[in-house]
Amino acid sequence: MATKNIMIVGVGGQGTLLTSRILGGLAVRGGYDVKLSEVHGMAQRGGSVVTFVRYGEKVAEPVVEEGQADVLVAFERLEALRYAHFLKEDGVVVVNDHRIDPITVVTGAAGYPDGILARLGARHKVVSLDATAVAAAMGAPKAFNVVVLGLAAQFLDFSREDWLAVIEAVVPPKTVAVNKQAFEAGYKK
Amino acid sequence: MSDKALMLGNEAIARGAWEAGVKVSAAYPGTPSTEISESIVKYKEVYAEWAPNEKVAVEVALGASIAGVRSLASMKHVGLNVAADPLFTASYTGVGGGMVLVAADDPGMYSSQNEQDSRMVARAALVPVLEPSDSAEAKEFTKLAYELSERFDTPVMVRTTTRLSHSQGLVELGERVEPADKPYERDIAKYVMMPVNAIRRHPIVEERMKALSEEDLPVNRAEYGDLSIGFVASGIPYLYVKEALPEASVLKLGMVNPLPRKLIEEFAAKVGKLYIFEELEPVIEEQVRSWGIPAVGKELFTRQGEYSAALLRDRILHQPATARPADDAPARPPILCPGCPHRSVFTALSQLKLHAAGDIGCYTLGAVAPLSVVDTTVCMGSSISTLHGMEKGRGAAYVKDWVAVIGDSTFMHTGVNSLMNMAYNRATGTVVVLDNSTTGMTGHQDHPATGKTLRGEAVPAIDIAGLCRALGVRRVHEVGAFDLEALKELLRQETAADELSVVIARAPCVLLKGQTFPNRCREVPDKCKKCGACLKPGCPSLTRLPEKNIHIDAMCTGCGLCQRLCKFGAIETVAR
Repeated sequence: MATKNIMIVGVGGQGTLLTSRILGGLAVRGGYDVKLSEVHGMAQRGGSVVTFVRYGEKVAEPVVEEGQADVLVAFERLEALRYAHFLKEDGVVVVNDHRIDPITVVTGAAGYPDGILARLGARHKVVSLDATAVAAAMGAPKAFNVVVLGLAAQFLDFSREDWLAVIEAVVPPKTVAVNKQAFEAGYKK
Repeated sequence: MSDKALMLGNEAIARGAWEAGVKVSAAYPGTPSTEISESIVKYKEVYAEWAPNEKVAVEVALGASIAGVRSLASMKHVGLNVAADPLFTASYTGVGGGMVLVAADDPGMYSSQNEQDSRMVARAALVPVLEPSDSAEAKEFTKLAYELSERFDTPVMVRTTTRLSHSQGLVELGERVEPADKPYERDIAKYVMMPVNAIRRHPIVEERMKALSEEDLPVNRAEYGDLSIGFVASGIPYLYVKEALPEASVLKLGMVNPLPRKLIEEFAAKVGKLYIFEELEPVIEEQVRSWGIPAVGKELFTRQGEYSAALLRDRILHQPATARPADDAPARPPILCPGCPHRSVFTALSQLKLHAAGDIGCYTLGAVAPLSVVDTTVCMGSSISTLHGMEKGRGAAYVKDWVAVIGDSTFMHTGVNSLMNMAYNRATGTVVVLDNSTTGMTGHQDHPATGKTLRGEAVPAIDIAGLCRALGVRRVHEVGAFDLEALKELLRQETAADELSVVIARAPCVLLKGQTFPNRCREVPDKCKKCGACLKPGCPSLTRLPEKNIHIDAMCTGCGLCQRLCKFGAIETVAR
């Protein structure tokens, strides 16, 4: 199989590191070679963050190049727009339909773009869900990222059972049940 | 069949050190090196500690080595500068038990103030350097580093970069070896570096480096393919060569100092055009050219930032990137968190129109709009000493509208030396210690003033106020970071005073575990005059709505700063 290129993008603090660990765990379970590249440190403080996940028979570089992503998983709309040029022409955007204003917008230095989903949809297949609202309704607002992963699962190469097993292995023990529930909330049968 | 695990480069380095039988590890946190210590402390056979700074960490590792056990010191590239003093002479003393120093460079400056190249430091210190390309190699090279350290009687550097430290790859897990502790033998000529002994050690160091350059190491490997084009590469850039030009010949260097000259000469003779593909400085390139070998390097490839496969395709294959340009999206720079105590202190400084000599930590973000109160940031501890220099250059009146701001961890690292200097040399400036009870930016590591060690043991915490007094500072004040009025009053009073003072502004980092935030702030729309005063501190919980009034979202921790700034009672604190 050709190497699959996935990007997880969001705002520092949204849990991109946990979700990349879940994807990494799935790739290992699937018997693939896998490389992930993460951002730690200063950029995590509310900044734009990106994680690369690549799996296949043999993976060389740990980064996804522009124009090479198969799936872009975005935890926030503006971040989906920021990284959309990384997608292949037939790449898919899975986006949390949620807005977090960057400081440049809060201070009035810039405007938050309108119609992001439509702009993305003009070029790519887009699936979206207000996962933030879904998770909040479940009483587990932090688990929105796993709701988004559930939505993304239809474009990845792993079974529902694989997902649930890896979630159980990766997330903190106390949050296993709620994260499984979050995954199911996003998952399309 | 052996077990495989997905590991960060940093976790793999820790695993390698553990498998090599390391007994002592010391470090000061610094992105991208921090996870090495956080991983190694999980192995119970290893004693691991946070040292107050990198110089101390390297000396601890050297002491353990002299005492006959294998040791590790890890740091980011700029930490290596702090540790340079012991390193340059540990190179002369050599080791007892194997000693490895990990230096983590940051091409692209994801979380650093410069992008210096640690290989240059290692060359100057006459220390060998191994450079892995992925997590599997990170583990294996660390083990090899211990072997080489003991065989050649030298500390060995393992150099990593952010891309390797923070990438995960599969690692084959091995068993730990338990080398016997070496019996101590007094060897004054080797370990006391006074001139008479050091003069004798220097030629030994040079002979050792020569022997290493001639050593046949499997980690230096020629991969012949298309002979018309050859690359010399190591570390992460090697992977970009494999990605972009899988057919090209590559000399993959696992040891980048000293260089294996014979191997490079052989490779250069076999290939047509020779390229040196190395991030940051032309360390390999300049040496190769000095041997009379024509090679192309920095005239094609930049000294700045990270490399990529696309860079090779563009410069070698003349295939410019085909991806469409990025969409226009407003920037999202890092910012202080909602509820961050630094925001309150910076608001006080801003309202009093004070300049801040800044330091290294989350609070460097005080330089960013809309706060924009931090005027300088150079290196760990420099806030205090630069303020002192300003006063000595221009007189006490000049620093009346200045303060130094430094975090508690950075104060412990090297700030304390600078404050000692101010006290000793009769300065009158004002130092603000932003005490949030942790090393914040690197992800909450303990330090000597937190009362906890890397291993989680409770220990007596250094009393920062008491320490300042012990240094001779008479005007030492402690204040809650969110007590805006008291803070401003103290700052007015202390910047006006003709004597050195320290103001310790205290509130825990909002991300420290174990805190609860029972309250949050909420807007009262009919009282809002749309003046925007609440937005001035740049809290990301606040948004200006299209009608110009404001909304406070659920990320709010109820710190109350915006409420204090609202003259119209349009923000209230409510139970969450």
